[in-house]
Amino acid sequence: MSNSIKLRGLLVLFCLAMALVSLAPTFMKDSLPNWWQNAFDPIHLGLDLQGGMHLVLGVEVEKAVESRLDSVVDQMESMLRDEDIIFKRVERLSGERMAITVYDESAGAEVDAMIRNKFPNLEPMTLATDGGYIQKDYRFSAKEIKNIKDYAVRQALETMRNRVDQFGVSEPVLQRQSDNRILIQLPGIKDPQRAIELLGKTARLEFHMVVENVDPQQAVKGILPAGTKLLYERHVDERTKAVTETPLVVYKKSALTGDLLSDAQVRIDTRFNEPYVAIDFNSVGAQRFDQITAANVGKRMAIVLDDTIYSAPNIRERISGGSAQISGSFTEQEATDLAIILRAGSLPAPVKILEDRTVGPSLGHDSIDQGINSVLIGAFIVVLMMAIYYRGAGLIANGALVLNLVFIMAMMTMFKATLTLPGLAGIVLTVGMAVDANVLIFERIREELRHGKSARVAIDSGFAKAFVTIVDANITTLIAALVLFQFGTGPVKGFAVTLSVGIIASMFTAIFVSRLIFDLFLDGRQVKKLSI
Amino acid sequence: MQLIKPDVNVDFIGKRKIAFALSVILILVGIVSLIVKGGPSYGVDFAGGTLVQLRFTEDTNAEQIKKVLIPAVLSSATVQQFGDNANEFLVRAKESNVDGLRNHILQALGAHYGADNVDLRRIEMVGPQVGQELRQQGLMAVLYAMIGILVYVTWRFELVFALGAIVALVHDVLLTLGAFSLFGKEIDLPVIAAFLAIVGYSLNDTIIVYDRIRENTGKHLSSGFAATVNLSINETLSRTILTSTTTLLVVLALFLFGGAVIHNFAFALLVGVVVGTYSSIFVASPLLITWAEHKGASK
Repeated sequence: MSNSIKLRGLLVLFCLAMALVSLAPTFMKDSLPNWWQNAFDPIHLGLDLQGGMHLVLGVEVEKAVESRLDSVVDQMESMLRDEDIIFKRVERLSGERMAITVYDESAGAEVDAMIRNKFPNLEPMTLATDGGYIQKDYRFSAKEIKNIKDYAVRQALETMRNRVDQFGVSEPVLQRQSDNRILIQLPGIKDPQRAIELLGKTARLEFHMVVENVDPQQAVKGILPAGTKLLYERHVDERTKAVTETPLVVYKKSALTGDLLSDAQVRIDTRFNEPYVAIDFNSVGAQRFDQITAANVGKRMAIVLDDTIYSAPNIRERISGGSAQISGSFTEQEATDLAIILRAGSLPAPVKILEDRTVGPSLGHDSIDQGINSVLIGAFIVVLMMAIYYRGAGLIANGALVLNLVFIMAMMTMFKATLTLPGLAGIVLTVGMAVDANVLIFERIREELRHGKSARVAIDSGFAKAFVTIVDANITTLIAALVLFQFGTGPVKGFAVTLSVGIIASMFTAIFVSRLIFDLFLDGRQVKKLSI
Repeated sequence: MQLIKPDVNVDFIGKRKIAFALSVILILVGIVSLIVKGGPSYGVDFAGGTLVQLRFTEDTNAEQIKKVLIPAVLSSATVQQFGDNANEFLVRAKESNVDGLRNHILQALGAHYGADNVDLRRIEMVGPQVGQELRQQGLMAVLYAMIGILVYVTWRFELVFALGAIVALVHDVLLTLGAFSLFGKEIDLPVIAAFLAIVGYSLNDTIIVYDRIRENTGKHLSSGFAATVNLSINETLSRTILTSTTTLLVVLALFLFGGAVIHNFAFALLVGVVVGTYSSIFVASPLLITWAEHKGASK
């Protein structure tokens, strides 16, 4: 046997061995030693095959800018008061602007100085004088807005990761997509609705003092004193589970926010046997809570989560321990989830679900079965056709085809690529197209034989002539597959992957492996007639 | 075994006018269908909206499900029996972003059929903005693929060949698009993937004939370009038919056994393989001659 054949044979055997080694964990997971299982993961199935949830959430970053501006407005107000500068009002205007209205030039100059000093990233915009007022407008610099938005998305991603971790999903994927989008994949999730509620809640916890001297019924009609706002308290009827809402007027400015929490736990109220969420403040929060409760004994404090009042208990006495409870006729799961999101922290801005694709495990399972069936049926048909049409050479092509399937699967595990339903379809398509290279070669060999060439010469020139054609034809398909990979998401990407991998594998098996088998067959023999 | 005799010499080129006419008619039929139906019908991926796949343990029908769902959750719902099982249904609705959609659906259907008798197998909700973006990206992907191919084929052959190939590709995609419209099938993300696969496959076929034309052009100068092209098509005919048949059969297997979820995808491939094979013989190569004649006439 010539050295070339030996070398090429060894190479093919080596590739095959590597392929089998990397595929072993997929097919016989439990009987392998640990190092083996650690080295090669089983083929990773896409959500459409194993079942699971694919979410794209849009972070409403404009809201983050607005709320930052709101906090600047608050700070400016108290600073102006502290400095005894007389002003008419400080407000946030639409278009991400803040307006400070003062009465004279000197106050205006002082405001400018204060802004320059304390908020260097605010830039003055316009100045309007009107009937004795001077209105000065400010806005964040473009760079600052970009930072705020960017930070909001990063923060949201971090918070969601915390929430998902506590929710307990194996192998979740959380990624920032373009700009303000977050991609979340939760494989094998049992309760998608719960996941959505857990992830989608902003969970902004605030404590507002109730304005007792305003009739909520008047407020509903639209009569609302300045500095107050109308919120609704949520009640759940224990038996019917019907939700009712009662209006309540609270001060616009929150007394305390959930940022100052250190922990949240589910407890059971022994009197009513009802779950509630016990929260602990950190030291700053505890101190402020202590001050507020001390100053407002006998008044009501509304506990507000995302603009819904969960309860508005009466402050009976000063509370100094730094803990409080949120009760609101929760079910146990609701209380658990609320505790999770309070621990994980609030989102810096609300999120919106832009895309939600969820496949149940039973459908995924059916898809795997149907996908594998069509691969097997397709392969069987092709194998049969090749054997009938090319006889002996057809068997070589069939060997190459089987090897091709093994290599595709092996490359999938090595690259840690994801197998999806369109991916399986890609394999089916590859099976049909993979024999093409062999068909090209065989047709060339037949042509050469017809021209009266000997078996060996026919094989040599058949392979040589077909080679260029095969490369040209496959590279164009590869271009289409690569574009698809760039563009695609999830399942479609899976198709691009199996198609590209399949093309590469089929070129190798058709050109290299079948040539080797021919050479082995011819080696040291005088072959008069080829079975082709 | 041989299906095509080695000395076969069908006059494909001579019949190119008939083939062109046929192609134009078929494309026009597709375009008319598209116009009548107001453009391609996009699935939720591109139009935005909600798609829900449901399975019931007991027999029911689309009307009944619609009656339950429309007042409760999805006012624009259309319901269709789906796949091979009589008790499996697909609900489509224009609404996206319905709060607590799953619970609403399960509660409404559960109240009517019993909670254990309804299985929510799949939900796909795509917001209108994402749908629009995906549509644009899909279009761009097909365009980029064509540009990439144009560049490669120009580099490996000549610009004329590349143009011929691209015309054939546009032909294939238009015909498949028309078939989708005629058969009332929806275009979603996997279908775009199938379109790109068709582009790849059809080109594969075209390149193989072109390759032979390039090879033969040097050899048979005397017989003229048209004869060379015809000879090349005939020489590669055996391969074209064999590969197309194997590919068609596997795609047919996918269409029949691959399951309802990828039915449209498989349909696109099925149409694409037939059309792609046809176009590489009857469109891409004959175009080279039309081009050459045009150039000869203008000289």
